[in-house]
Amino acid sequence: MSVAVSSSIHQILADKGLDHHGQWWQERIAAISADQVEAALAEPPGRYRLERLMALISPAASRYLPAMARQAEELTIRRFGLTVGLYAPLYLSNYCINCCIYCGFNRQSHALRRRLDIEQAVQEARVIRSEGFTDILLVSSHDPGFITVGYLVELAGRLREIFSSISVEVQQLDVDGYRSILGAGIDGVTIYQETYDRDTYKRFHLAGPKSDYDLRLSAPDAIAQAGMRRLGLGVLLGLGDWRIETLALAEHAHYLMTRYWQCHISFSFPRIRPAMGLDEVVFEHLVSDKELVQMILALRLCFGDAGCVLSTREPAWLRDRLIRLGITRMSAGSRTTPGGYCGPTDAVGQFEVADHRSAAEVADVIRRAGREPVWKDWDQAFVCIQ
Amino acid sequence: MDRLTIAGRQFDSRLMVGTGKFASPQIMAQAIEASGAQIVTVALRRIDLSDPNDRLLSAIDQTKVLLLPNTSGARDATEAVRLARLARAATGNPWIKLEVTPDPYSLLPDPVETLRAAEVLVKEGFVVLPYINADPILAKRLQDVGTATVMPLASPIGSNQGLKTRMSLELIIEQARVPVVVDAGLGLPSHAADAMEMGADAVLVNTAIATAADPVAMARAFRLAVKAGRLGYLAGPRGASRLAQASSPIEGLLQ
Repeated sequence: MSVAVSSSIHQILADKGLDHHGQWWQERIAAISADQVEAALAEPPGRYRLERLMALISPAASRYLPAMARQAEELTIRRFGLTVGLYAPLYLSNYCINCCIYCGFNRQSHALRRRLDIEQAVQEARVIRSEGFTDILLVSSHDPGFITVGYLVELAGRLREIFSSISVEVQQLDVDGYRSILGAGIDGVTIYQETYDRDTYKRFHLAGPKSDYDLRLSAPDAIAQAGMRRLGLGVLLGLGDWRIETLALAEHAHYLMTRYWQCHISFSFPRIRPAMGLDEVVFEHLVSDKELVQMILALRLCFGDAGCVLSTREPAWLRDRLIRLGITRMSAGSRTTPGGYCGPTDAVGQFEVADHRSAAEVADVIRRAGREPVWKDWDQAFVCIQ
Repeated sequence: MDRLTIAGRQFDSRLMVGTGKFASPQIMAQAIEASGAQIVTVALRRIDLSDPNDRLLSAIDQTKVLLLPNTSGARDATEAVRLARLARAATGNPWIKLEVTPDPYSLLPDPVETLRAAEVLVKEGFVVLPYINADPILAKRLQDVGTATVMPLASPIGSNQGLKTRMSLELIIEQARVPVVVDAGLGLPSHAADAMEMGADAVLVNTAIATAADPVAMARAFRLAVKAGRLGYLAGPRGASRLAQASSPIEGLLQ
């Protein structure tokens, strides 16, 4: 009797050639015809097949964006209704032991550093709460001596009194670490692979724990194994060829959804934004607005039930238009410097915010787009506090 | 007067509605009004019971409708029970729509955890209305436990596909000792009428109303369809036949 052994994501990406973004993939995608795009659009929307996604992200599909947008809107409304969730990020520290050359927090940058102790973080969170948010994302660079599991557990213990949902975007933890923060009331984790191409990964991640591609790739497994409710995935758009990155990202999501079926996956779409000290870095694969839209639509058409998250990296005019095209959750009124909510600070931000509108202003825009801004869609009562 | 009785409480309307997915609380309120619904379900995850100004809650006129909190988002019995207890503690209302949906993609209900949670909640005095797949045996097991209704799905939630589970629904309705409320997947008023003609005691509709181009008009359409379907059921329809059959005087002769 043969026993089917399911492969690791490392093996799946290697088998499909999605961890080395060579010419082979580029040529395959470039060869997609209009007929193939139309066939992909005629398939039942919301379901994933690699070939279907390949057609939808192809250059040939870029002429079909209006049709894709109609399907994406329809799918999103059916699953998520006429609503958009709102959240705010709270930056805890910008000290970092990694050297990721696209990031304003990288350890070689001479930027001004700041970290928030628990009291300071709670103060910042109170400002965020006063703007109406009950959904908060705790963000930190990799500052392992300071932002520890213990820190996150303690902070979550303070924040769960006033926030219905707490998620984190911090350094990679192990399964026990994720289990501990889940037990403290943190229900979601976002972790980006940044790029699925091994060579590109190496070129942009020069040193520190994050420079280990394989270790990074195993993080979502650990998060899901710990029982985390929500898992955010993404690539940093601008590092590698976005089309091949999208295929790899989709394979990763599909792998996680089938294996850890209770964990809800979201996609984020961070594009390279100017950050301090990045002037000399050359990005060969910057993604245009139109390409970003195509990526969001293509993923929505293949994953009808996945969340799609948009940050304030993107400018207001673009965010406003994306509200109707599949985005289910967006941040607003963000400050990307630790301590930025309580007052002006000279510390460096992770990226430059492009949409500077307040939470209330963004909520108004959502309403004008015929959507209800949702401030609360979770409850601490779900989590059994340990 | 043909009334729906659940746990000893009587209702004139056989249409229940949900409160998710609406473009605004105002539209939701108008749609509830137009639907004539007297039971309105709301996800506990979406509301803050401690906030008297909660946007969703304050848009629902609780003098006219019974608020039926639901445990949407719970992935096991423990979570569902905890949510139900907190809701009752905050409101004093023992009615709970039990939803245990561990798969965040299909949102299909977990039969094992739903039964477990129902056992606990009924013992604690809750009026339990469980959302289930259209499984006749599970429906019986839940009735044995003492739930106030069973709420089998017509098709997956939000799918608007209508009565895909027809055969099982017919069995559930035929054998039920408690009201059967067909929940989830009803995309058109005709689907609701169909369920009522089949003998369902009530239906619950959310997505089809909330995401319609005109939710208020759609709510009204569902109200009328549910009424029409119920009247049709009560009128005792003749069974359908594939062939035209002239009435034959011999039928009476041979009885």
